[in-house]
Amino acid sequence: MSDAPRFAPGAAVRVKDDWPERRGPCHIRTPHYIRGRRGTIVRPLGAFANPEDLAFARPAPKRTLYHVLFEQEPIWHEGKPADTIMVEVFEHWLEEA
Amino acid sequence: MAAPPRPDSLALLDRLMAALEAKGIVTEAEIAERQANTDKASPETGARMVAKAWTDPAYRQLLLTDGKAAAEAMGVSMAGAPPLGVLENTPTRHHLVVCTLCSCYPRAVLGYPPNWYKSFAYRSRAVREPRAVLAEWGLNLPDSVEVRVVDSTADYRWMVLPMRPAGTEGWDEARLASLVTRDALVGVAVAKPA
Amino acid sequence: MSDDTPIPATHDIGGLARFHCTPVEHDEVPPDGFGRKVDALRQVLAQKGLMTVDELRRGIESIPEPEYFALGYYERWLRSITALMIEKGHVQKDVME
Repeated sequence: MSDAPRFAPGAAVRVKDDWPERRGPCHIRTPHYIRGRRGTIVRPLGAFANPEDLAFARPAPKRTLYHVLFEQEPIWHEGKPADTIMVEVFEHWLEEA
Repeated sequence: MAAPPRPDSLALLDRLMAALEAKGIVTEAEIAERQANTDKASPETGARMVAKAWTDPAYRQLLLTDGKAAAEAMGVSMAGAPPLGVLENTPTRHHLVVCTLCSCYPRAVLGYPPNWYKSFAYRSRAVREPRAVLAEWGLNLPDSVEVRVVDSTADYRWMVLPMRPAGTEGWDEARLASLVTRDALVGVAVAKPA
Repeated sequence: MSDDTPIPATHDIGGLARFHCTPVEHDEVPPDGFGRKVDALRQVLAQKGLMTVDELRRGIESIPEPEYFALGYYERWLRSITALMIEKGHVQKDVME
C-alpha cells in the first residue's frame, strides 16, 4: 500500500461514509464530520504506518496520507462561504468523487 | 482552569511507577531526565524560525517545504519527532490549527500544548465556528480573508507562519522574533504589531 | 446534521453541539508535576518499544464517556498507560487498586 499515491493534487474525492465504531473496538483518525463529504486533494503527505493497526499492535502496512480540503459551509451550515477545513486523511478512506 | 489531579490519580501513578520499577522496566531517574528534556522545548523556537523566514527567502522556502529540516537547521533535535508542516498565512488566507480527536501539537518547536488547546471547548468549536472563537479572543478577520481550519488528525504536526507586521523593515531576527507569540504560531492570533 | 447521522465516538468531538456555548478559557497554567511525569513516562515507555502513541490514544478512547469528560487530560493518559501495561503483562492488574 506504500505504492505511488492514487490521487493527485486537485482530484475530487469523497470520504467513505463508514462508521467502524459501530462495529466494535477500533481506532480511526478520520473525524466524523467529513465522512461521506466531498473534498479536494491538496497534496499527498507521504506514506505512514496505518494507525488503525498500530493502535492494536498489529502489523501496520504503510498507507498514503493526504491533505484534503473541505468547504466549511456545507458541513456545518454556518460560516463564510470561502472558509475551509483541511484534514489529514488516509488513502483507504478516500474514493473518487 | 484545569482541575488538579484527583488523589486517586496521584496514588495510581505512584503504584504504576513502583510496579514498573520493580520489574526493572523504568527508573525514576530516567523519567526525571526525560521530563527535564521535555521542559526545555518552548515557543521561542517556533518564533525564531518565523523571524528567520521573514528575513531569509531561502530559509522561508525550506520552512514551507520541510519544517523538520528547518527546525534542525536552527539546532533543534527532531530525532523521533513527527514531520512538521508549516502553513503560510497571506492577506487572503488565515490558518488556525486544532486537533479535534486528541491534542496533536508541534511540541518540538512549541513545547507543551497549553490547556486551552487541549480543552473540549476549543477542540469542538474551532473546527465549526472558528470566526467566533477568534473573535472572542480579539481577532476579527474580514470576510475577504479565507479562514482555513487545519484539523491535525494524523502523522504530521502543524505550525503557522504568520504574516510579518508592517513597519518592521530593517529589524533583526531577535527583534522580529519578539513579535511572534505562541498564539500566532497556532493561528488564534496574528503577530504583534511593530 | 440530520437525525439519522450516526453518533460519533466519545473523543470525536469536532463541532459537537454540547460545547457550542462554552467559551474557550485562556488557561495558560503550565502542566503540573503530575502531568509532566505522566508525559515523560509515556515517552520513556515508547522509546523502549513497550507502547505506541496510537495505543495510548486507543486506550484513552475506550474510557467510558462520563469519565472521559470528568478526568483531567493527563489523568486520561495515566488510565490508558496503566491499562496498556496490564494488557501487555508488564504489571499486575492489582496496580489499579
